[in-house]
Amino acid sequence: MAESKPMTKNVDWVVLLIYIACLFIGWVNIYAAVYNPETQTSMFDLNNNAGKQLMWIGTAALLIICILVIDYKFYETFSFVIYAIIIVLLILVLFAGSNINGSRSWIKIGAFSLQPAEFSKFAISLAIAKYLSDPAISLTRKLKDYYPIIGIIGLPALLILMSNETGSMLVFASFAVVLYREGMPGIIPAIGMILAALLIITLLFAKWYIAAVIVFIAAVVIWMMPTLTRRNGGLMATVLISGLMIGFVFGVDFFMNNVLQKHQRGRIMVLLDPDSDPRGDGWNVIQSKIAIGSGGFSGKGFLEGTQTKFDFVPEQSTDFIFCTVGEEHGFIGTLIVVSLFVVLICRLVILAERQRSRFARVYGYCVAGIIFFHFMINVGMTIGLMPVIGIPLPFFSYGGSSLWSFSILLFVFLKIDAQRPFTLSRG
Amino acid sequence: MLENRRFVIIGFFALIGLIYLLRLFYLQVLDESYSIESSSNSIKRVIEIPFRGQIHDRNGKLIVYNTPVYDLVVTPNKAKVADTLRFCKVLGLERSEFDSLMQAASSYSRNKPSLFLRQLSKEDFASIQDIMVDYSGFEFVKSSLRTYTAPTLANTLGYVSEITGGQLEKQEVKYYRQGDYIGQNGIEKIYEEQLRGRRGIKFVMQNVNGVYKGPWKGGILDTMAVAGENLYTGLDLDLQQYADSLMINKVGSVVAIEPKTGQILAMVSAPSYDPNILASRYFSKNFAALARNPYKPLFNRAVMASYRPGSTFKLIQALVGLQEGVISPSSGFSHAGSPIKCHNHPYTGTVSMGVTHSCNPYFYNVFRRIVYNNDIKNTYKASAYGLERWYDYVSKFGIGQRLGVDVSSEYKGNLPNKKYYDKIIGEGRWKFSNIYSLSIGEGELLITPIKMANVAAIIANRGYFYTPHVVAGVGESRRIDTTFTNRRETGIAPHHFDPVIQGMIGAVESGTARRSRVEGISIAGKTGTSQNRVGDDHSIFIAFAPADNPKIAIAVFVEYAGAGGSAAAPIANLVIEKYLRGTISNKALETRMLQANFINKVILPGPPKKPVSKDTTRKKP
Repeated sequence: MAESKPMTKNVDWVVLLIYIACLFIGWVNIYAAVYNPETQTSMFDLNNNAGKQLMWIGTAALLIICILVIDYKFYETFSFVIYAIIIVLLILVLFAGSNINGSRSWIKIGAFSLQPAEFSKFAISLAIAKYLSDPAISLTRKLKDYYPIIGIIGLPALLILMSNETGSMLVFASFAVVLYREGMPGIIPAIGMILAALLIITLLFAKWYIAAVIVFIAAVVIWMMPTLTRRNGGLMATVLISGLMIGFVFGVDFFMNNVLQKHQRGRIMVLLDPDSDPRGDGWNVIQSKIAIGSGGFSGKGFLEGTQTKFDFVPEQSTDFIFCTVGEEHGFIGTLIVVSLFVVLICRLVILAERQRSRFARVYGYCVAGIIFFHFMINVGMTIGLMPVIGIPLPFFSYGGSSLWSFSILLFVFLKIDAQRPFTLSRG
Repeated sequence: MLENRRFVIIGFFALIGLIYLLRLFYLQVLDESYSIESSSNSIKRVIEIPFRGQIHDRNGKLIVYNTPVYDLVVTPNKAKVADTLRFCKVLGLERSEFDSLMQAASSYSRNKPSLFLRQLSKEDFASIQDIMVDYSGFEFVKSSLRTYTAPTLANTLGYVSEITGGQLEKQEVKYYRQGDYIGQNGIEKIYEEQLRGRRGIKFVMQNVNGVYKGPWKGGILDTMAVAGENLYTGLDLDLQQYADSLMINKVGSVVAIEPKTGQILAMVSAPSYDPNILASRYFSKNFAALARNPYKPLFNRAVMASYRPGSTFKLIQALVGLQEGVISPSSGFSHAGSPIKCHNHPYTGTVSMGVTHSCNPYFYNVFRRIVYNNDIKNTYKASAYGLERWYDYVSKFGIGQRLGVDVSSEYKGNLPNKKYYDKIIGEGRWKFSNIYSLSIGEGELLITPIKMANVAAIIANRGYFYTPHVVAGVGESRRIDTTFTNRRETGIAPHHFDPVIQGMIGAVESGTARRSRVEGISIAGKTGTSQNRVGDDHSIFIAFAPADNPKIAIAVFVEYAGAGGSAAAPIANLVIEKYLRGTISNKALETRMLQANFINKVILPGPPKKPVSKDTTRKKP
């Protein structure tokens, strides 16, 4: 791929190398995760996940070549068309999809299954980028400019929710990153984080204590406030905000019991205290922590991992692939993987910022946000910092759909970025 | 200025990455709780406890062997008992017992398995095995139970029981764990290290369902269990049981030694109990019952009970006198001038006659000559000097010190010396007239039965002995500690033994023990009568036979049974005949001794004296 043909010219080599490194490390660890000392199979055997993953990697390479060959303007021009196709596919799976693991979101083609929801991230990114490429749109000033964005994200979100694939839907929260960059007031993500924090605190401490602390803080804020601010509605705002926070605290119970499903509630409780249900909801968290923790500094060695190999950790080759890295390669392995992701995401942000077109920049931020969100949730859940949400680790987890969708997502951006010298700034 | 927001975004990404790295560093490097040993559930330590060594008698008969049983262990953290009632019913437990067992296990460790129920028989195991699959956290561990072929030798063998908290803490090398068995008494305790073998540890991998997945790291960390070594004792199980039967309904002891080797042939401490009752699930109940028994069946009288030796001690006085040169074999003493009275017997004109008739004034004079065998004018100082010399001779017989037998809790007894009397009377304030009762084995002398048996062996050997021992060889190579093969000399010249042995033969043929003489076997013996303040005397007899080629030396003590010739001598001679001939010629004597009951004459220390039905300790609960 990295030959100096015209189509690969100017492709960012940092991202490309990290991408190749991730695929390779992921593939090796998938092999280790499914490796069974009793029936040793080759890494290239198509009957195990490692062999299949190699096939997915090969097809992904073909896809990448296609992406790099196609003219970069194609993606901008056909953004809404691609978006429409994905919406149609999402509706289609609701009726004709195959049921795998309790969610009706797969399309079966021969022996292989594809998940349209995986590709919706790509479609939404293109659609948002296309929409925001209009210089007249401003997220800073006009509220009505948000409505189309809500629609672009909301429609596929609703369809995915209906097919029972909540994890993929939550990933859409990652678009907050690009919206923030494009002008969304900082208060909105801040409120989101405060509410998440309040939710956790509410589950840990008695509600009346929290209410008392909030009232106390509000009183201090009002007392410290300059007189002018207080007169100009500062007092009212503080009282209102603290009132809403207390209301939220008391609303958490209702939310937990009436809105969330039982397994979702369990996953949140387990995040707070894995030992609350060690054989049930806490199992995955405890086992994955044991697997990673038992790796120590340098790990047990390639194919020497026992926690992952003997099925203590569920979904070893897909959602919990990070456990295999942690167990067999120790802190050194996890340090490398985490560093690869952080460097990759930061590099994507830098690339996005140097784009001359707003379309390219927005799309770049979407890619960075999505990969980051997957990384944060996936690694976070294996080390007990995030609730268990079944989403893959980009480029690592076994699975054709996720590998294809992330490859498409990434390389479309690399293609656009490669054409940057020939693009004129449009704002 | 929206461009500057990229720094916020990059900062946020980097922050999350940093938090994750810190968390990973904590989990993988700092936090030890996830290391292999403590928390890994895929690698399991399997402990293999080897079979404890078996114990054989001198003819190759099994005395102690192992019966496989199953222990139920629980890992509190993994244990899930949804329906406690059913669980208790299956195991035959009370709810409160269940709770306290779980509590005990939890307080030891929540992550490590500890013992829950021990020693389920094969039958019990088969009946509950299937049901226990429903309860996670419980496992069966194959174990074994000490089993005794005959209900005898309880105190000599000792018993094996769960290690106590104190023992757990005291051990220098941390070998034992909670719930391990350890030899608690007798030779089970002395030979614990040889008997227990070495525990094996295997690291095995298992999958999430507990299915074995092969050795971990190819087994390089495993250690093999090494079976305990068998013990080959010098005991004669038939002789032992015969001696047991003679001691039924009596309180006392019989110790028989092979003089040429020092091997103990039989060791009875009566009353005794069936050792099997302490090797069962009901250990604590049975042990408590034994501890409450007023006749103290747990008290190993053979090595622990101290008696005044009475007239049997005259043998040593005669030997010391001859060696010191204060008497000759033809020395004679009359009753005149002696403060100790005597019974009616012919004039004792030789050492042999003194021994045969057990003449008290004779040995009063012998001891007097020993003590005053010096030139010191001051009688106090002369006595002190003489006693010290005497002490040196007598202590060479093993008296007043531990012989070093391989049975636990051996008592020293007491052999008074100058220091002793200086302490109880005062320095320079005592002389021969204060201590003359030592001459006839009374006074402050205290001797255990095994020491008197050893004295018989010394005389049989004419001057030396081997430390008496139960175990003649350890393991297939029959190793034995050199302390049991080193000849210990008394310093008495062999020819001095002739008149004494002549006197002992006379005692059995025509003297104090004549009523129990065995036709055709030349037994050399000496009776003793140990006086009690209250109740009858203790009956004592030591002997060896055949006199010209001794094969057995014996000491018999029967408490509160009267004179030495009335109980101890017949029992000793029956045991001797049994050992040398295999049959008993004097059936009438045998029947009389089997039926004799001296237990009712025993004065128990301290009120109230409870009437005890005959020999309850022999019944299994």
